[in-house]
Amino acid sequence: MIIMKDVHKTYTTGVTALNGVNIEIDRGEFVYIVGPSGAGKSTFIRLIYREEIPSKGDITIQGIETNKMKDRAVPFLRRKVGVIFQDFKLLPRLTVYENVAFALEVIEEEPERIRERVMEVLELVGLKNKVRSFPQELSGGEQQRVSIARAIANNPDIIIADEPTGNLDPDTSWSIMRILEEINIRGTTVIMATHSKEIVNTIKKRVIAIENGIIVRDEHQGDYGYEI
Amino acid sequence: MKFRTIQRHVREGFKNIIRNGWMSVASIGAVTVTLILVGAFVAIMLNINQMANKVEEDVEIKVLIDLTAEDKEVTELGEDIEAIPGVGTVNFSTKDDELKELVNSMGEQGEAWALYEQDNPLNHAYVIKAADPQQTEVIAEEIETFDHVHKVVYGQEVVSNLFKFNNYARTIGLGLIIGLVLTAVFLISNTIKLTIMARSTEIGVMKLVGATNGFIRWPFFIEGLLLGILGAIVPVGLIATAYYYVVNNFSGKTTFYFVELLPFNPFIWQLTAIIIIFGAFIGVWGSIMSVRKFLKV
Repeated sequence: MIIMKDVHKTYTTGVTALNGVNIEIDRGEFVYIVGPSGAGKSTFIRLIYREEIPSKGDITIQGIETNKMKDRAVPFLRRKVGVIFQDFKLLPRLTVYENVAFALEVIEEEPERIRERVMEVLELVGLKNKVRSFPQELSGGEQQRVSIARAIANNPDIIIADEPTGNLDPDTSWSIMRILEEINIRGTTVIMATHSKEIVNTIKKRVIAIENGIIVRDEHQGDYGYEI
Repeated sequence: MKFRTIQRHVREGFKNIIRNGWMSVASIGAVTVTLILVGAFVAIMLNINQMANKVEEDVEIKVLIDLTAEDKEVTELGEDIEAIPGVGTVNFSTKDDELKELVNSMGEQGEAWALYEQDNPLNHAYVIKAADPQQTEVIAEEIETFDHVHKVVYGQEVVSNLFKFNNYARTIGLGLIIGLVLTAVFLISNTIKLTIMARSTEIGVMKLVGATNGFIRWPFFIEGLLLGILGAIVPVGLIATAYYYVVNNFSGKTTFYFVELLPFNPFIWQLTAIIIIFGAFIGVWGSIMSVRKFLKV
């Protein structure tokens, strides 16, 4: 459950990214965030995993108010929110297995349970045969699947994806989307910022459009709505 | 923190060193070079200090007692001297002892003095050593005020110059060591900072996945510790070998009685401990300081 109330964000550089955002996203929803570049999509996303805190307004993530929480508590919020990026952000010196296991080591999971769970999620994303590879030995799509495996490894309540298909070819993009849908069906909230008209118009979900720092459209089963 | 997490951090620390390859070699190299300098310098300074101490320990005060003093008064004087704060040992030396010492010290010429054995003109004396040799002058001056003291002898001029010289030598030596240590810490922490800087994005990713600062810091701590200890191996071997050679070839072959090196065993163990602890310290310090910077992001 994500609630934003009159959220404003102005960076120290003077740039205003969000200008009064009100939104509620329920558990288990699948939401696209769309809008032109520089409209505030990334800021919106970063506020959810508390990479940023709002200049004004309140954000509640799973009952935690992010602007009131202490820095020391941030890692524990991050464990409830899995993040997937356009550039994957894998640890380059760790193998596929170790990258996924890292998210579980952080929560001090039992070694045996880590082994089980890593293989489980790698199977889900179809990379069981690449456990010993290093990220640079993989294709973009494979790397993105590793980052998805890492994001879901400790069963987060929310998955945030910032243009997860931005660097991938269409076929690979569809396979990534299938995985995200699968995760969503199992009950995880998925929030995905995207520029892909095709994906939004084909896999119909709730669409939130942001322009100039405000929400201009919020439709269930919506369309992408922009011509590219 | 759970035990298996500690195990994990240690394992990661080792793994990081291996996966960092040449960066680790560069860090260890920097530690090695500076530890050789620091180790050699500490060895030299400790030996100079030891020689200075040896010279100072030989400084003694001789109190010549009035010929007219009676036995009881001599005993009382001895007690008074012992009561002065800072006095180490007080030994009574009869006039016969004094004469023997005089005869011995003059070699062949001294035999002429031996004739005086029948009618010894010398005084009984107290020979005093200060607990802290630097206090010699103060104590001597106090004894001069006592009754039945004929004369106090302690080489006034020489002693004060000797102490002045020794104190300068110690201060300069200590200053040089501190300077060297600071340079070493700076050099090494910079090298380690480079290896960690290359990993600043990694630290960012770890934070995204929900790692606490402590969780991120531990493997770096272990890594720094290992880099420091690995860097200490060559300096320890080199300095131990060199010192062994020097002790065996020069000790006791000079004419000055105070030129005596600290014995190989246990000195080299102490020095080894100093080098390893120092290496570990700068390794850890360098890595913790560098990580701290990136954790603030």
